[in-house]
Formats: sequence, C-alpha cells, structure tokens
Amino acid sequence: MPRSVRRRLLLAGDQRQHGVMTSNDIAVSVQNLTKTYGAFAALKGVTFDIERGETFALLGPNGAGKSTTIEILEGYRDRSTGDVRVLGVDPQHGGLPWKAKLGIVLQSSGESGNVTVREQLTQFAGMYPNSRDVNEVIAAIGLEEKANTRIKNLSGGQQRRVDVGLGVIGRPEVLFLDEPTTGFDPEARRQFWELIRSLKREGTTILLTTHYLDEAAQLSDRAAVVAGGKLVDIGPVGSLGSAEARIPIVRWRENGIVREQRAADPGAVVAALVARLGEPAELEVVRPSLEDIYLELVTEENAEAEARVAANQAETIKLITENEIA
Amino acid sequence: MSTVTQTSAGQAAVKTAFGMGRTVRLGLSRIGYETKIYFRQTDTLFFTFLFPVIMLTIFSVAFQGLGNVGVNADGTGGISQAAAYLPGMIAAGILLSGVQNLGVDIATERSDGTLKRLGGTPLPVLSYFFGKMGQVFATSILQIALLLLVAVVAFGVQLPTDPAKWMTFVWVYLLGIATSAILGIAISRLPRTGKSATAVIIPPVLILQFISGVYLQFSLLPNWLQTVASIFPLKWIAQGMRAVFLPESFASAEPGGGWDLGAVAVALLIWLIAGLVICRVTFRWIRKDS
Repeated sequence: MPRSVRRRLLLAGDQRQHGVMTSNDIAVSVQNLTKTYGAFAALKGVTFDIERGETFALLGPNGAGKSTTIEILEGYRDRSTGDVRVLGVDPQHGGLPWKAKLGIVLQSSGESGNVTVREQLTQFAGMYPNSRDVNEVIAAIGLEEKANTRIKNLSGGQQRRVDVGLGVIGRPEVLFLDEPTTGFDPEARRQFWELIRSLKREGTTILLTTHYLDEAAQLSDRAAVVAGGKLVDIGPVGSLGSAEARIPIVRWRENGIVREQRAADPGAVVAALVARLGEPAELEVVRPSLEDIYLELVTEENAEAEARVAANQAETIKLITENEIA
Repeated sequence: MSTVTQTSAGQAAVKTAFGMGRTVRLGLSRIGYETKIYFRQTDTLFFTFLFPVIMLTIFSVAFQGLGNVGVNADGTGGISQAAAYLPGMIAAGILLSGVQNLGVDIATERSDGTLKRLGGTPLPVLSYFFGKMGQVFATSILQIALLLLVAVVAFGVQLPTDPAKWMTFVWVYLLGIATSAILGIAISRLPRTGKSATAVIIPPVLILQFISGVYLQFSLLPNWLQTVASIFPLKWIAQGMRAVFLPESFASAEPGGGWDLGAVAVALLIWLIAGLVICRVTFRWIRKDS
C-alpha cells in the first residue's frame, strides 16, 4: 500500500473516533471486510465509508473484488469477517423496509423478457412505497419509442437501460450500479451520466463499479481502487495515485534520442532546455492520465502479489529441500 | 421520551406499510403479470396447456374403433373412449399446470437472474408465491374448460348433471391444484440450471401419468405398481376425477371397490402440507455461496 493511502485511511479512522462524522452522515460503512471462498481470499480487509449523497466509484481489474464487495452490500452474499452497514442496517439481516430504500442494478441479467418495458417498470413500481412515475423513468432512460416493445426484442444496450430504469424506479436512497454502462453506445452513456447527475442532485447516494475511468472521473466524488482483494487507494479521482505518479513528464528529442524527465516544475525544465538547445525538437509536457495512474496502482499491487507468490514458492522449495536432506 | 414514542410510532407505520395487506395486493398484481407471461411462452403453452387436450383427442380418435368402455354382457351401456379418458386428462392437466409448469418456470427464473433481481426488491416471497399459484389457478381453469368443451362438442361426452358430483369436482380440483402448485414450487429446487430444468422435471411427471391411471386404465396395472403410484398425488387426483365424471357402475372397478373419496382427501392433504413445509424451509431467492 502506498504511504499516502495509509495516511488517508488513518485520517478517516481518526475522524470516526472523534465523532466528526456521525452515523447519520454515512450511508455505507465497510470495516475490515473479508470474503473467502475455500482457500481463495476474494477480499482481504477492505475499509471505506460512503457519505449520504455521495457518488462513490469502485475501480479495479476483473476479479479484483468489486462485484463481491457490492453484492455483500446488497445482501446477496454473506461476508466472512468484518463489519458492514448500509443505511445503518447489516445487509445479512436487511428486511423489506430496508430493501425498499435500495436500488440495485446487477452486473448481468438474462431474463426471458416476455413483458414490455412499460409493463415491467409498472410491475416494479408497485413494489415500492414512493416510486417514480413510470413515464418519467422511460423518458429518463431514453426508451420512449420502445416502451411497448417486449424486453427480449431490445438490443443489449437497451436492455441494460431497462435494468437501470428498474434500479431507480423505487426512488432509492442508495443506488448500487455494477458496471451499468456495459454495452452502451457513446450517446447512451452521456444520457446515463445525465441521469446519474440528476439522481445525485436529488440526494441519492450512489455506489458504482466501472471499467471506464472517464466515467468515474465524470460522475464520482471519490473513488477507490481495488486490486487483488485490497483497497490500494481511495480519494477524489483527481488525487488518486502517489504524488510522484502525478508528476508531469517533459519529453524531447536530443541528438536523435528521445529523452524524458519527470519534473514538478516542467516550465523551468523547458526554460532550461530552451536556454541550452534553442527550440527543442518534438517537445511535449505530459500529465499522466487517470489511466496511467490507475494502471500504475494496479500493476504495483500485482507485482507485490507476484512477489509474495514467488516468496511463498521459494519458502516451500526450501522446506521440501530441508525435509529431503533430513 | 418523545424520541421513543416517535420511534415506536415509526415502527408501527413501517409494520402497516409492509404488512399483510401489501403482501396480498402485490400478490394479486403478480397474478395478472404471471398469467400474461404464461400465455406469451409458446413452449409452455404447448407442453402444459394444450398437451392434455391434444392427448384426449388422440386417444379418443385412436381407440374409437375399440368401441365403448364398460359395456354390459348384453352389449348395452358403457361409455365412449373420450368419456373414459376425460377424468384422467383433467387430472394430468392439474399436474402439468402445477408441478411441471412451476417446476420448470421457477428453476428457469432462478438461473436466468429473475429471482436474483426480485430478491433485491421489497417484494415479499409470499406475494411471489401468490402470483405463481394464481397463475396456475387461472390457467388450469381455462385448460379444464377447454378439455370439457372438446369432450362435449367433438366427442359428445355427457357431463354429470348431479350437483353433488360437481361439489366433489370443486373440492378435488381445489385440493389437487393447490397441492400441485406447491409441489411445483418445491421441486423447482432440484434442477441445477435452467437448461436442465425440463430434463429433470418432465420425465418423472410423464412416468407418473403412465402409472397413475391417466393413459392406462389403473385397474389393469400390477398390484405393486398400483402401490407405488398410490404414494404420489396424481393417482388420487385421477381417482377423484373418475368419481366425478364416470358412472357409478365404474366404482367397483377401482382397486378398493369404491371411489374412496376420504382417502383422496387425506392423501392430497398430506402432500399439500409436506409441500408447504418443503417450500418454507428450502425456498431462497438465490443460492447463497456460504
């Protein structure tokens, strides 16, 4: 874990202890969450809080533990150890009144879909005490023209929009979105972002997992990067990664060779270059993109994991060898 | 003090808002929804809804040449093949509409994510059951109406006129369809995937139809097979329906020498209660991993 992360996590812990954040401000609380399947540890101690009204993104590669985390919060999976609260309730014992305050968009759905968009939304609207208007939701997901089409006859992206519609129909206090925009065309994604922003304006707390970093940057107040079942960083999207990872790179060509230099003061570096070389060839100043920072975070974790596996193997080999000698 | 009052008032409000009235209201709304979906699925429409009608037609036409059933020694009396097959086909319809239809339907919904989605909503499990049972009820009444219509119009079968017979029909039907629907929900746990659902559920249902007096006359079966069939509910539903639709003179052909409606009621009640217990204990929206 990078040092900066540890500091931020500690800070969050301090705040809790001193009562700066009260439980009323916190919609989702996750403490030292672990989940093991047999010998495989899918989550190795994850801790984070989501404040009411906040949009929070979980980022990470496939198999990192994003869906396991979100399904534990939704009540679909039981945790191994740790403590979890959603709206003050342990999801393992969440009853109907609790479920009525949640909106859930699962990662995949393969229902036969022998009902129309309007029929399905109307059926689900009836389950919630304070549901949204069906026509409004149909408009918000951009399916006015398909409202009377059976869901099975929609395209994959359109079916996904129905999933999102079913997730928001009950006017949820907390909305879970597990890779909501998979299969969306660019226009549908923009429309979806608009929908999420309007939900946020109404005060909805949103937890979203996504592979699209631009989506996290567009929508979320804070993001956490999960890799190998651990939280490797958490914070506002713009502050993810170590300070070093966000230092700009100055790149130019000198004597036919591409050179680069990381500098917190790229202007001064460029000025020095100009003084030395005149106009430098192919000069550019690059700020590491979110993608670069994310990849660095995830690779760091993978490298650590690989190192641990290698160390374990070395240990095992050593033991075997010792046993053989004995 | 005031907070305590508020909280208990709040809890009471939550209790009312999520009480039995809501469960029933949602259950009723799901009956319409489930029934609509049932008639939009062409495969279930064929294999559970129309199947008994088709079988009745085939058997009635195929065996017409054999003459009437239960003819007296002097060649008088007896009933047509269609009339003889009608009670068995009604019983088969009850089994198909409940056990086969719900067994396959719910197993498929468990595997395609429908149940997972519902499990994340504030829909009570009981409302879901109401919806399924109401759908079974509605479709099986239509199915029996169609069977009777075909029997009367196409094959000239005479229906009973004695009101007591129809009273028997009503309670045998209600007990039979409730048992069948509950067992359908219970058996839906067995298939591991939606794809294997029909392969797991249809064969035992089909075998039951052969040994319970639906396609083959029950009294012709060897004793041991009759005993095996008597364990399962279809034999009793079929026996009850024979008591309704066959003339009294056929009662002596029954294994016990009579319709034995008391045993029909007891056997079906035992299955109904067993089914309810199994559903209560085993039903989950999803297979939790731990």
